[in-house]
Amino acid sequence: MSEMFSMTDVTVCYDNVEAVRNVSLSVDEGQIVTVIGPNGAGKTTLLMAAIGLLGSRGRMAFRGSDLGKMSVEDRVERRLCLVPEKRELFSDMSVADNLLLGSYSLRDRSGVRKTLDEVYDRFPRLRERQRQAAGTLSGGERQMLALGRALMAKPALLMLDEPSLGLAPLIVREIFRTIASLRDLGVSILLVEQNARAALETADYGYVLETGEIVQSGPAKDLIHDPRLITAYLGGH
Amino acid sequence: MTSDIAAILAIDGIATGAVYALVAIGTVLIFTVTRVIFIPFGDIAAFTALTLAALDAKRFPGTGALVVVLACLATLIEIISLVRNGDARLLPRALLFYLVLPLVVVGIAWFTMRMDPPLAVRLVLALMLITPIAPLLDRIVFRPIADGTVLLLLTVSVALHFALVGLGLLFFGPEGVRTEPLTSFSTEFAGVLISGQTMLIVLAALVFSGLLYLFFDFTLVGKSLRATAVNRTGSRLMGIRPARAGTIAYLLGSLMAGVSGILIAPVNTVFYDSGFLIGLKAFVGAIVGGMTSYPGAAIGAVGVGILESFASFQSSALKDVIVFSLLIPILIWRSLASLHSEEEIEE
Repeated sequence: MSEMFSMTDVTVCYDNVEAVRNVSLSVDEGQIVTVIGPNGAGKTTLLMAAIGLLGSRGRMAFRGSDLGKMSVEDRVERRLCLVPEKRELFSDMSVADNLLLGSYSLRDRSGVRKTLDEVYDRFPRLRERQRQAAGTLSGGERQMLALGRALMAKPALLMLDEPSLGLAPLIVREIFRTIASLRDLGVSILLVEQNARAALETADYGYVLETGEIVQSGPAKDLIHDPRLITAYLGGH
Repeated sequence: MTSDIAAILAIDGIATGAVYALVAIGTVLIFTVTRVIFIPFGDIAAFTALTLAALDAKRFPGTGALVVVLACLATLIEIISLVRNGDARLLPRALLFYLVLPLVVVGIAWFTMRMDPPLAVRLVLALMLITPIAPLLDRIVFRPIADGTVLLLLTVSVALHFALVGLGLLFFGPEGVRTEPLTSFSTEFAGVLISGQTMLIVLAALVFSGLLYLFFDFTLVGKSLRATAVNRTGSRLMGIRPARAGTIAYLLGSLMAGVSGILIAPVNTVFYDSGFLIGLKAFVGAIVGGMTSYPGAAIGAVGVGILESFASFQSSALKDVIVFSLLIPILIWRSLASLHSEEEIEE
């Protein structure tokens, strides 16, 4: 598999504090990669830098082109897509409008209708609520809308920040099932999660981020059996 | 006050209010998309009236020179910023939008003017000449401080208004103008004479508000503007560029202000500095709508118009004092009513 997205020695600072230090990671085409770690480890910061909302030092490349000074909007046009932790929905606007805006960056608009139908098929709840304002949805429905909106952009690399945060266990399972199924669409995924077990069960490869640094990495199926991780993150047995 | 007089004052007030409503809607549009409280919208309205008056008098309006100067400045600033960011490949595009397009607009106006065009064409020319001003000012003044606080943006906006008043004196001169009425039609309704101009003002306000509503609800660009207003980060993550959304908002807002200038010119004598009061009264209207609601702003602006009309009957000298005193209870009411805003922002 060829490398799609890579970060090399990336450092992100808030004022003078380094929130992320010399992080290197990569995502191959069609791969699901997860970054797990405790609260405050710098996981969200890492994704914010990857999409360009935060400035960073180091090298970032996507399909051979240097992301360097590229703006958020330019990255989105290259089909990098972030579903942030806060979802960032357009709460006053309808579910249908939110989804439509997801496709804003697509130059070729001929397939938008079809993609919208696919998203509705994937999340029938959204079809039922298409005229409802996004702000009136439940937590699970919002996450579905955020995911659906990102899929409208036909992403090549989908970055998900804590998709299970604040959701009921049943819905968490549904969200992770959806994430796993995106692999069939050819979407590569960079998944940042506190729910380490669910993330590692879904992913192909995993990185462990602690206080801004990668402390461990490996195939997800190995990490899930790692004694240290079991004690620290997987609710040790 | 008899009921006849009250009816006349009310109709007069609604017409004035409709003019304020157009400017107020433009003010809300710009504020929600860019967070700038664009005080100079009144100046844009006044400049449109002055432009139309010059065109009526077969003189080429000072607006042309103003647009050329602003276009050159904006182009220079854009080139410097592109070169500094290493984005030299975007230079042709910058030249097209910031220099060529405004110059083409001025050129078209200049050529068309020599052909002694009819009133309808002069109206279009006046609007064409006025619409580039606000987007160019945005590039020159607001884009470099786009991430500043609302207070900083407001302060700069007020300063910009004073600069524009100075430029207005330079480019249009100190004389006041009153353009020919757009229609001489009038009709009597329930014993009260209503002029065609009044009806035209109200109709134009309704049509333009309606068009704006359709634009926001049925076009992707309109929706992208709403999205930028609702959630800036969210819209950037969709690939919506805030700067581009801002430019579209300024163009639309200028168009609204321009139309209001054209409508007010045959009714009031307009000077280079008349815009301030128009802008400020529209601002009061916009505050009634909490600076975010279009219907709220329109209703507020019409309310201001009616209040002003009755106030000028009671005490002509104090009418502005009465109108602006309205701000105090409104601000108290808004500050009490917006206690929940923090919860609304939270998802």
